[in-house]
Amino acid sequence: MKRTLISAAAALALVAAAPYAFAQAPKQGGAAVITFNNDLTTLDPHVGYDWQNWSVIKSIFDGLMDYKPGTTELEPDLAESYTVSDDGLTYTFTLRDGLKFHNGRNVTSADVKYSLERVINPATQSPGGGYFGMIKGYDDVAGGKATELAGIATPDDRTVVLTLTRPDATFLHLMAINFSYVVPKEEVEKSGADWGKQPVGTGAFKFIEWVPGQHIALERNQDYFRKGVPYLDKITFEFGQDPTVAVLRLKKGEVDIVGDGIPPAQFAEVMQDPANKDLIAVGEQLHTGYVTMNVTKPPFDNPKVRQAVNMAINKDRVVRLINNRGVPATQALPPAMPGYNPDNKGYAYDPEGAKKLLAEAGASTISTEIYAMNVDPNPRIAQAIQQDLAAVGITAEIRSLAQAEVIAAGGVGNAPMIWSGGMAWIADFPDPANFYYGILGCAGAVEGGWNWSKYCNKDLDARAEKADALVKADQTPARIAEWKAIFDDVLKDAPWAPIFNEKRFTYHSARLGGDPSLFTDPIHIPVNYDYIYAKDVQ
Amino acid sequence: MLVYLARRILASLAILLGVSIVTFCLTYMIPADPVAMIAGRTSTPGIREQIRSQLGLDRPLHVQYAAYLSRLVQGDMGKSYARKSDVAPLIASRLPPTLLLMLGAICAELLIGLPAGIYAATRRGRFADKLAMTLSFLTISTPQFVVGLTLVYVFAYLVGWFPLGGYGSLRHLILPALTLGLAGGGWYSRMMRSSMIEVLRQDYIRTARAKGMPEWRVTLVHGFRNALLPIIAMIGLDIGIFMSGVVVVENVFGWPGVGQLMWQAIQSLDIPIIMGVTTVAAVFIVLGNLMADLLAPLIDPRIRLR
Repeated sequence: MKRTLISAAAALALVAAAPYAFAQAPKQGGAAVITFNNDLTTLDPHVGYDWQNWSVIKSIFDGLMDYKPGTTELEPDLAESYTVSDDGLTYTFTLRDGLKFHNGRNVTSADVKYSLERVINPATQSPGGGYFGMIKGYDDVAGGKATELAGIATPDDRTVVLTLTRPDATFLHLMAINFSYVVPKEEVEKSGADWGKQPVGTGAFKFIEWVPGQHIALERNQDYFRKGVPYLDKITFEFGQDPTVAVLRLKKGEVDIVGDGIPPAQFAEVMQDPANKDLIAVGEQLHTGYVTMNVTKPPFDNPKVRQAVNMAINKDRVVRLINNRGVPATQALPPAMPGYNPDNKGYAYDPEGAKKLLAEAGASTISTEIYAMNVDPNPRIAQAIQQDLAAVGITAEIRSLAQAEVIAAGGVGNAPMIWSGGMAWIADFPDPANFYYGILGCAGAVEGGWNWSKYCNKDLDARAEKADALVKADQTPARIAEWKAIFDDVLKDAPWAPIFNEKRFTYHSARLGGDPSLFTDPIHIPVNYDYIYAKDVQ
Repeated sequence: MLVYLARRILASLAILLGVSIVTFCLTYMIPADPVAMIAGRTSTPGIREQIRSQLGLDRPLHVQYAAYLSRLVQGDMGKSYARKSDVAPLIASRLPPTLLLMLGAICAELLIGLPAGIYAATRRGRFADKLAMTLSFLTISTPQFVVGLTLVYVFAYLVGWFPLGGYGSLRHLILPALTLGLAGGGWYSRMMRSSMIEVLRQDYIRTARAKGMPEWRVTLVHGFRNALLPIIAMIGLDIGIFMSGVVVVENVFGWPGVGQLMWQAIQSLDIPIIMGVTTVAAVFIVLGNLMADLLAPLIDPRIRLR
């Protein structure tokens, strides 16, 4: 009887915590080993900005908001509730009661204030500080003129009031990305330069140790505010692991997840092995691979040439080239993103039509360059594109360079065309705005910016800002519809040729359980460690 | 001897200074902007300028170099861009595994190369000689990641004698040391063979044989010791060769040394780490050469240092 009661209570807690219903709640316990090729650079949530540390940080820290596991749906996290003023300029968050950092101290509204000020302060050198430009007082802190944000008030320990200078519908998403995660001031100051190596958060897992070049170990946070999760007692991330060797180790049962994914050379073999049938989770991610065309310089200053490029590229062939690890892209937004327009089929593969357009543009022979990152499969993809372009009379020389050099060439505006693979935009948060301002809007079309097409359409920028001013929940459909229209218009102007949307394939051991969506979580990339469980303790 | 030593040390310092200038200029000439990498996709030009000035990257190149050098001689290699922590302790923490791996590799190449070379020299022109020389050719020419992955697949995955990569025990060391040492073993077997053939032609060998000394003593005592001399000089040079080899091998085997650190730093354009590891590698190469020169007279009294 007692046993039933306990499991019933656990199941209830679980239903409250997790949106998808398990037939029975997984039991807590067990451990998992995840491998990565590269060492993590840092676990400072305000600094870490690569897909490896992104989700580890998510397991150690929390923000005011978060997403339901395996989905892109927002929900309050450290905040118990929030209200938005009618003009959309004031957000009032109420923190949950009894929140604790891993060091045992209670979380207060002052910690939220400190954390936001820290990420914006230029001394932190955060790659995400620029996201918070709508908070009142941002310019003073970012400009080094103040250390306190005018737009944050903390009337009591559990209340945070944020004042914005403009209504912004993405604001709640910004309260859910790593850059706004809450950190304890005393630990940051005590650790100094080593803070990123000894993180203390509020999250589902507690940091134990970091042996440089070897592993990071996390253990279950017994005081985590969501009862019943996480399921695993311990997670070890092992570094310096060649993915090819990691696959062998997984087959031997030494490893539970190959964090880097299945190496391209072994992909077909791993996929075809019947033993792996239930071990590979396939999911969509918020990713588009695209070719940028610099609209400020001939020949790509002519929209017809850019449309012709869109029609000349055989996207299906490129997808086959990557072992069908994606789907051909029709537009800039990936299918999993709100605002994606399923009715917009984009530019169909039509070399004859492309030739016609080029002739109309008076540019029947074009000689140009396409930049690509020099890591497989990107040079091969660039070659495929090169061949397709040659078939319509465009000679594109491939410039295969290191990632940083391609980014630099794109930022300066030297590159006529860039294949985005290996550097591409995986959304930081699931909102169409995140796919616009930095990479398609005027804000990114400056020197050093990430809008490599240098496409700056003031009209669309104005429409985008107007759409983002629709902050009310009942305005969301109108806002998304407007974004859909904006991206349709971007596609007509064709600063990019969208090529494919990558799918994610996560290879995990038989002892790990959990919904496949957790292993390809669109937010916790690559895996939502908080909700996967060990079958050997069930 | 002391004068020689002083002169060599001075020359070494000059070389290191030259290396520091070249690496400094090279890393600042590559067409990539570390500030763009640090500041991220949401940054404004204003923020990028601030970070640039925090890092001192807005100052003239020679001023940056002077600052870099003055910090370097105090043992300060700056802060990593990506990891935001000091580079010197980072490299120091990665050195012991790399040194251990190098030591293992030197043992491996000597254990493979010397016996193979001696045996080939005594069987000159016969099948064993040809086989040994063909094998050495193979080990020298095969890329190290191929050797490494093959060894892992066969001896760790299929047979299971060794762990699948990692660090911590002698069993972890054997495969990576062997991978690194195989190529060197090939070189050594060839060098040892020709050196041995040369020595075995000498008059004192004929005298020894004439005295009725057993052949194994002739070969191992009289021949080997004299043939070893050019090999000793090689070991010093090996340290330089290994410095590039460890980048590949440490990656295949998950060995937490400086090679792995370097590889990751290159990918993220973490210039302070790249410069730090280059400097440390240069110090090793210079020290290795110096050691080889100083050891030579100890082994062969006929050599005098001047």
